Amino acid sequence: MSKIETRSLNVYYDGGTVHALKGVNIKIEANKITALIGPSGCGKTTFLRALNRMNELNGVKTRGKVLMDGVDIYSRKVDVIQLRKRIGMVFQQPNPFPMSIFDNVAYGPRIHGLRNRKLERIIEESLKKAALWEEVKDRLEESALKLSGGQQQRLCIARALAVNPEVLLFDEPCSALDPVSTARIEALLRELKNDYTIVIVTHNMQQAARVSDFTAFFLMGELIEFGETMQIFEKPRDKRTEDYITGRFG
Amino acid sequence: MVALISVVVLFAVVAYIFLNGMQVISLNFLLKSPNYAALDKGGIFPQIIGSLCLLAVCLLFAVPLGIASGIYLAEYATENIITKSVRFFVECLAGIPSIVIGLFGLIFLVYYLGFGPSMLSGGLALGFMILPWTVRASEEAIKTVPHSYREASLALGASKWQTIRSVVLKSAYPGIITGILLGAGKAIGEAAVILLTTGGLVTYIPHSLLDDVGALPVYIYMVLTVVPASRAVAESYAFGASLVLIMMFLMISVFALFLRNTYVKRMSGSRR
Repeated sequence: MSKIETRSLNVYYDGGTVHALKGVNIKIEANKITALIGPSGCGKTTFLRALNRMNELNGVKTRGKVLMDGVDIYSRKVDVIQLRKRIGMVFQQPNPFPMSIFDNVAYGPRIHGLRNRKLERIIEESLKKAALWEEVKDRLEESALKLSGGQQQRLCIARALAVNPEVLLFDEPCSALDPVSTARIEALLRELKNDYTIVIVTHNMQQAARVSDFTAFFLMGELIEFGETMQIFEKPRDKRTEDYITGRFG
Repeated sequence: MVALISVVVLFAVVAYIFLNGMQVISLNFLLKSPNYAALDKGGIFPQIIGSLCLLAVCLLFAVPLGIASGIYLAEYATENIITKSVRFFVECLAGIPSIVIGLFGLIFLVYYLGFGPSMLSGGLALGFMILPWTVRASEEAIKTVPHSYREASLALGASKWQTIRSVVLKSAYPGIITGILLGAGKAIGEAAVILLTTGGLVTYIPHSLLDDVGALPVYIYMVLTVVPASRAVAESYAFGASLVLIMMFLMISVFALFLRNTYVKRMSGSRR
């Protein structure tokens, strides 16, 4: 069953002068990992940010539909705050707040009005799901900025999980991390897909091949090819996809 | 070399004030009311309290307004002619000589609004004077908060205001404190504004916002110009009050730096 579906999704930057996404149609399956690949500037990050309406922050124009469970998230009836609660996001650079580890994870639940008792349980659960609990359980009051880059990124995942989302968006989550931390995050992604629908932008094709179930290849704002990861990497239908994954450009 | 000269000059000034001021510093001097007929029989207690009261009124006015304006300019205002002119006027306000601010305080606060020469008039006038510093410091501090913090907060479903309140202001806090400190330093040493808006030869501690209030810089001015005393006595009492003023300023600075550093340490976890 598809969790998210886009119908002729178009995105324009800079007052309409840059056409960043051109009529993208895609169906993202629930409880699967969908990887978005393509060279820099191909629109993969723009596409990801269209899914939780983060593009709006930069004065971007969006046309077309993004359906989540059949409801257009750009419709006027949709509350963007509720929407972003349902769709968590993890960014390229680990960006924990300059607060304690506890407060970082508690941030989301707190702004949504949760207090005390329940909070502690949510924080423990979230940190466990993000495979960070064992490393930080004795120092929850320490500043999050003391953690290593990989730990910070897992903390950001825990922070996103704490508001109990249905979808998780990852924007090149490992590009600032060393190989060991990257491997941990990838293992975590495979585990998380049991409970969440995951979309990940990556410029690392091996990573896409390793973790994803589906892969979408973007080029210059267009969705060139979309299918099961095995098929995309072994029998790409489009010449441009083949050229990209065999490293002829990108 | 040039830096060394500045250090020497600073050190010489402080040492000179210290040596001259120490002679009159005593418990009596710190805890008694001034006796303008015989300076050596009085102290500067009401002036110390008065300076602190004025500073409090000034900060109560300028800090919330400054932070609110800073938030507006940094987070809400779009770059247009209005924001640019607001910024321009803030810059201009910073350049107005304090005696002119004092004059405005006298006409507007003391006479027009009928506050009289009082703690309220003096404190508000000082507030006008340091407002540009608090606005600018807040705006700059808020602008240096990384965009990634805002994105992370918004992506969790926080509203813009929640993001500003819980993430942006918390991160901007050290910078804002520094700006307030600069303003407070200016306010506590200011004589001209207070001279025109509140007390001259005050001998009592204020009981309400509308009471006349003394201040250390005004005491120094009065002792040297108005009070009938021999030049030597007047100078030594002026130096005594100057020393107390400098000490108060130092204590405020140290306190603010302490506040700032413990906060930064708690937030960033740096071991320094």
